[in-house]
Amino acid sequence: MPDWLIIRTFWELTVTGLALGSIYALVALGYTLVYGVLRLINFAHSEIFMVGTFGALLASSQFLSIPLLEDGNYPYRTGMTLIIFLVFIMLIAMLFSGIGAVVLERVAYRPLRGNGDAFGAVVLAFLTAFIVSLVFVDQAKINVIIALLATTPISYAYLRFFKQGRKAPRLAFLISAIGASTAISEAVGVWSKHGRDQYQTPRLLEKKTLFTMFGTDVRIDYAIVIVGALLMMIALTLFVNKTRLGRGVRAVAQDAETSRILGVNVDLIIIVTFALGGVMAGGAAMLFTLVYDQTRFNIGFILGVKSFTAAVLGGIGNLKGALLGGLLLGLVENYGSAIFGGQWKDVIAFVVLLVVLMFRPTGLLGESLGKARV
Amino acid sequence: MSEVLLDFNNVTMQFGGVTALNEVSLQIKQGEILGLIGPNGAGKTTCFNVMTGVYAPTLGTVSFEGKNLAKLKRFEITKVGIARTFQNIRLFSEMTALENVMVGADARKKASVGGAILRTSRQRHEEKESRERSMELLQFMGISDRAETAARNLPYGYQRRLEIARALATEPKLLCLDEPAAGFNPAEKEELNELILKIREQGYTVLLIEHDMNVVMKVSDRVAVLDFGQKIADGLPADVRNNPAVIAAYLGVEDNAS
Amino acid sequence: MSLVLNFWLRVTSLFSGFGEQFRAMNKWQRYSAYGLGVVALYLLPYWPDVPVLGQIVNTPGSQFETVLNDQVVIFVLIALGLNVVVGIAGLLDLGYVGFYAVGAYVTAILTSAHGNLPWLLALPIAVVISMLFGVILGTPTLRLRGDYLAIVTLGFGEIIRLTAKNMDWLGASRGISNIKKPPSMFGLKFGVLDAKPYFYLGLTMVFIVIFILHRLEYSRVGRAWVAIREDEDAAELMGVNTFKFKLWAFTIGAGIGGLAGVHYAGKVGFINPDNFPLQLSILFLAAVVLGGSGNMYGAILGGILVAYMPERLRNFSDKRILVFGIVLVLMMVFRPEGILPKRVGNEHKKRRAKSQEGEVAS
Ligand SMILES: Nc1ncnc2c1ncn2[C@@H]1O[C@H](COP(=O)(O)OP(=O)(O)OP(=O)(O)O)[C@@H](O)[C@H]1O
Ligand SMILES: [Mg+2]
Repeated sequence: MPDWLIIRTFWELTVTGLALGSIYALVALGYTLVYGVLRLINFAHSEIFMVGTFGALLASSQFLSIPLLEDGNYPYRTGMTLIIFLVFIMLIAMLFSGIGAVVLERVAYRPLRGNGDAFGAVVLAFLTAFIVSLVFVDQAKINVIIALLATTPISYAYLRFFKQGRKAPRLAFLISAIGASTAISEAVGVWSKHGRDQYQTPRLLEKKTLFTMFGTDVRIDYAIVIVGALLMMIALTLFVNKTRLGRGVRAVAQDAETSRILGVNVDLIIIVTFALGGVMAGGAAMLFTLVYDQTRFNIGFILGVKSFTAAVLGGIGNLKGALLGGLLLGLVENYGSAIFGGQWKDVIAFVVLLVVLMFRPTGLLGESLGKARV
Repeated sequence: MSEVLLDFNNVTMQFGGVTALNEVSLQIKQGEILGLIGPNGAGKTTCFNVMTGVYAPTLGTVSFEGKNLAKLKRFEITKVGIARTFQNIRLFSEMTALENVMVGADARKKASVGGAILRTSRQRHEEKESRERSMELLQFMGISDRAETAARNLPYGYQRRLEIARALATEPKLLCLDEPAAGFNPAEKEELNELILKIREQGYTVLLIEHDMNVVMKVSDRVAVLDFGQKIADGLPADVRNNPAVIAAYLGVEDNAS
Repeated sequence: MSLVLNFWLRVTSLFSGFGEQFRAMNKWQRYSAYGLGVVALYLLPYWPDVPVLGQIVNTPGSQFETVLNDQVVIFVLIALGLNVVVGIAGLLDLGYVGFYAVGAYVTAILTSAHGNLPWLLALPIAVVISMLFGVILGTPTLRLRGDYLAIVTLGFGEIIRLTAKNMDWLGASRGISNIKKPPSMFGLKFGVLDAKPYFYLGLTMVFIVIFILHRLEYSRVGRAWVAIREDEDAAELMGVNTFKFKLWAFTIGAGIGGLAGVHYAGKVGFINPDNFPLQLSILFLAAVVLGGSGNMYGAILGGILVAYMPERLRNFSDKRILVFGIVLVLMMVFRPEGILPKRVGNEHKKRRAKSQEGEVAS
């Protein structure tokens, strides 16, 4: 009998699959929210996740000054301290990702919607001056100074050159997203402390068995990931269904033009959407570091591709779909790797996506953010 | 003259809970201009959509020259001989007016990738034919002066006419016009009426959706009335005009609205 | 500020003036201009030897003709192929690297790993097999709407790479070496050191592809593609067999991608799965859109820029990719249609003239 059929292994695969799937699901929510509202594949969302993992790293190693190892041991925390620390780290990660997502929207997408504003102009002006100055000198500090000096005049010019009221073609949004994604991850790869190397994140809790189910030990970090992700998703669902802003998100997802006419502040709603997606990705980032204890400048790419796959699998634009797709993808990958070998993991994921789309061309639950089936 | 071209047989079309068409039967005879009228949301456009294969009817059948259309794909239905325009203009906006019409003309052509790469004599012949025929149609519709303009930059009236030219280019037997005069002023409407009559003279059968009662009554040989997905009248314009049910459903609504 | 604006207008009017002049020439003048252009392109490897010009174009740290062939020609071929799929037919393909890989791998298999065919014979077989992959991927997926297609094609690209990486028959992560080189022809020897012959061969491929695509674009096929891009439903209702033409676009695109792969494999003689990462697909797409999606010459320009600029800008070595990312965003913000936007009919002339008048007046 192949060992994956042994019930014990099966349950173990299920638990780890669900944990991985929860992270996919949280990141997938960001793709789905933005897609629902703007019909845009936010390719840079993976980098928002990456920024979140660095937020978590910063929070634990800098703000809380937790070392990687303490006297040769892990600096484990317990009880209330542990909980407060975890919550703090998560909030910081969410803050990083949330702000990242909102800035991204302002700089890389909003001008393409024919709606560019001073903030976007300033950032773009700074970036322009920065890369132009790179041609002459290559010293970060000097570059920044030059860039800062040149920002004001260039940003005035940019404000004038923004194509107000003219929406760019859809492909342009995608390429802008790809550009932003590249720039963000490279910026971290170039200027963070260890550059392109891998970072360890401090391990705060002992990864021991929390309880045993079906003869399988369920490790505490996996339990935290699954429960944490579920709570976040419930919070998001409540927000989208019960609050005024949430209803605005649904309205814009259903019909942006009509919403605008009916007095919904569409730009605000778009910011809220990106912030929500960012916060979810930040949460996912923190949970990710909890399980895997590491991050890297390019960690977002593959995870982002997988999460987007999850979103499509469930039905992009559909919040429940993101959850279902994420969990399913996590499980399928785990079972699949056990059967065919870990090297085929990604192939299995994509083949499943292909087969599902064959029979259900708009994903398992169909696409709909607006249609109140949130 | 009285041969049935298109037979709409007991068609029901449901969208979720909405019944857009309810057991509608309608026949279009060779060579006539049939006006199809009804208040907003009556199901007129849905009729077109069912005929051209955009939606498969929930119940009932549509046949064209005795041939059931159910099994045919949309582009095959065009080749059988039904062409249409769209209520909300749907031109290929990044193509010139001429190219738009040529896409329609290409429907009857055969040369494909091989022909195009090798520039076979058949391909060159077809290409020339498409271009000339399309130019003729633009002239016929009175818009050939802007043949080389991108569709999106054409004035509104030109766009509406271009839609008709494009549909005609597919060499249809039945031409379906969905509110072709929407947004036109009376003079433009008058011009369009002339055009529609001329189109019929050339042997096309025309199905015309129109909101403006005057236009329909003037142009149509026969008028059918839809209301809430049901056909409530079908007959000569004069008879329909005096039909109490029509007055109640259609004109009544119009009066309230205005 | 107005100074900059004025300068910009001067520069653009210079270009459009050039265009007008060009169009005003008679047939023979124009053909000789084309001829001169072609000769200049074939002489590209010698450009660095020209005073001044050489200083501008030469690539620091890498051999100019190697950059021309291994980067520029490959990217131009690929941009041409991808432009058919994405730019003309409007099908978002994020896995184009897959076809490139298929072309390269088939060449490697036939001439080295599991066969002993000459390169010249492997070429048509590899192109046909790439096209076959286009059909295999396209048949089930082209029914999907835009963004679903994007993720499925992206998955396809990964599946190809991972399959190559994990199957011993395909050389696994070691890859395949000793791939045969093109045979000597017209006095050109395809060796290891000199990249020039490969460049001449590649450039010739580019011209052949341009010729074919040009014929397709201005035919019933090209019109069908554009109609599908503009409004797929309307196209089908006007009698366009949308599925068939989408599949053709996909297949032709796949064939050109495969051709690029064949050329690459023949030049480098050794391939492994790391030559075909997912990121490359994204770079290809960026090239097409940056240059001007839907305009063949735009796509070519995009391919040249994306391939050449990183080599030219070796000075800020580690920040090249960062700069590239920022440039993409800036380009999309200020010129979302790409450097050479697609043209519609001959109307672009009029439009440009008009908008210039407007700008100057205000
Ligand atoms: N795809 C669809 N999904 C759901 N409901 C639809 C769909 N298409 C049409 N309907 C509904 O069917 C009914 C008939 O619509 P239809 O467009 O045929 O009306 P119409 O007679 O053309 O009206 P108008 O004069 O406004 O053009 C309407 O209630 C409409 O909301
Ligand atoms: Mg209608």
